[in-house]
Amino acid sequence: MPSQEKILHIKGIKTHFPVRKGLLRTVAAHVKAVDGVDLEIYRGETLGLVGESGCGKTTLGKSIIQLVEAVSGQILYYEGEQTFDLLNLSPEEFKHIRQKIQIVFQDPHSSLNPAFTVFGSLQDPLKLYGVKTKAERRKIIGDLLEAVNMRREQMDNYPHEFSGGQRQRIGIARALCVNPEIVICDEAVSALDVSIQAQVLQLLQEIKEARGLTYIFITHDLSVVEYISDRVAVMYLGKIVELAESEALYRTPRHPYTQALLSAIPIADLDRKSERIVLEGDVPNPVSPPSGCAFHPRCPKFKSLSEPEKQHCMGESPQLSDATQLTQPHLVSCHYPN
Amino acid sequence: MTRRPTRLDKKFDILRERTERGTLKAASSNRALNKLASNKLAVLGLAFVTIMILASVFAPLVTQYDPQKVDLRMMLKPPSADHILGTDKIGRDVFARIIYGGRISILVGLGSALGAALIGVSIGAYTAYKGGWLDSTFLRISEVVMSFPQIILVLMLVTILGQSLMNLIIIFTLTGWGSLYRLTRAQMLSLREEEYVQALRAFGLNTFTICFKHILPNALGPIMVNITLSTAMFILQEAGLSFLGLGVPLNIPTWGNILNVAQDLRILQNYWWVWLPSAMTISLFVLAINFVGDGLRDTTDPTMQG
Repeated sequence: MPSQEKILHIKGIKTHFPVRKGLLRTVAAHVKAVDGVDLEIYRGETLGLVGESGCGKTTLGKSIIQLVEAVSGQILYYEGEQTFDLLNLSPEEFKHIRQKIQIVFQDPHSSLNPAFTVFGSLQDPLKLYGVKTKAERRKIIGDLLEAVNMRREQMDNYPHEFSGGQRQRIGIARALCVNPEIVICDEAVSALDVSIQAQVLQLLQEIKEARGLTYIFITHDLSVVEYISDRVAVMYLGKIVELAESEALYRTPRHPYTQALLSAIPIADLDRKSERIVLEGDVPNPVSPPSGCAFHPRCPKFKSLSEPEKQHCMGESPQLSDATQLTQPHLVSCHYPN
Repeated sequence: MTRRPTRLDKKFDILRERTERGTLKAASSNRALNKLASNKLAVLGLAFVTIMILASVFAPLVTQYDPQKVDLRMMLKPPSADHILGTDKIGRDVFARIIYGGRISILVGLGSALGAALIGVSIGAYTAYKGGWLDSTFLRISEVVMSFPQIILVLMLVTILGQSLMNLIIIFTLTGWGSLYRLTRAQMLSLREEEYVQALRAFGLNTFTICFKHILPNALGPIMVNITLSTAMFILQEAGLSFLGLGVPLNIPTWGNILNVAQDLRILQNYWWVWLPSAMTISLFVLAINFVGDGLRDTTDPTMQG
């Protein structure tokens, strides 16, 4: 059961990419991939981050681990009494924090270096974090492989000798090799077929319990998120539109976008008539998002609103706020939630 | 249905037997060396290159003739027991000239190719990985170098640096690094986006380790092939420049210098032994280098079985 102790606090993080145009490559505009996200992550929980392609969920994950640079905001990491601002670290602190947050990637085929054996790929990070002798490194890597249900000897094999599921497990072992506190799973099971997905999810759960990890689970697969997450954050166009306990969000989604997403999950039940909410159009261009609430051009509810209400939606961007006032916070960013 | 057992079946039988007895061990010798050794063409190429290099280095032991000694009584003699490849226009022993010529031709060819590779690959790998202004700067520099007429550049450099073997290698290196730089850069640009690179960055490994130790081995295949091709190119370029009087002086034997006499139609038609052995040597040497390059490429690629 997750505690209420904060481990990571993301405050107003923005990650914009410049769009360069013309002969002089001047910055014409910015792609606002992540546009002001506030998020608290508690020690030991699994936070699901969902949204359709291009909504900025992967960019948010990469901003946390600083594979891409955020333009503004703060990411606070709590360790005991200490607080580190991840975007403002001294080189020594940086090395220390690098170890604490790790990432598992989506594509099992490009996430392992084809020129190195598993041992060859994993030993450099261990060297960096002070495992001096080769024998020790072999022992650690062997233990990790066993922890992800593989054989110790397989550390001397090359990536092309493994199946997709095995590679993904090696990817997990790699993320674990420096003893992180937080693991970001960026679409970690999306590229696997369903039976392997279940295995890997099971494995992730076991490892989390054994090591007391915190997961940020980025995916577009809503059924996976329901299975693994304690809390779920729904992203749309670089912003979080709804954030709640997993069960509450699936039972009573409050944002029209979340409702549309959930209605799209196929259910294997002939008698049940689910009403599918079909969103019209595509995700707007994140270079110039719509005014006010970014979702209003596609919002199924928007059409049924009265004229002054429409003006409100188009004019003012809603804030993420607690809509229900229940014991567990259920945050939603909509002027007229259900 | 039965089928005829193949060579591999026998191998597997041996392996299975060992597994059952529990005596199967991982191959203890170097995997890359094993792979190279099982590639027949590469071994053949390597043997030829080694023999040529040894023969040129120990040339005085291989032949008793002085490659520069003029013997006017023995002009244009066909191959015989005394002169196994005959003599040229002014009575010099062709075999001795080829053996001694190898010293300079191999040095210029391999030396310039390796020099150009060292510069091109290290700049290409690092700047492409870092990207940004560094990358664009070097891209422009390489474009300037490559678009400049090479012969004029060589003329200029020879005038400034003087005419010598070392200068020739330096000039070839300076004018030839562009293509290897381009190739490496293109490879790195696609490889640096792979997820394993991001994983290494997430660990906070330093740029040099990521770039040269982890990414570069994946780009080595095409680079190896390109090095062997430039070796051939530099050997031929040296021949061309020597002919213009810009490379090695004509009296010093190099494979290219020997070949130049074939520009005389009379010699081309009537005295094959003067130019054919040298031409064959160049072709065979270049071919052998190519085989070695292919072999090396295959050994660096772990997905290829030995």
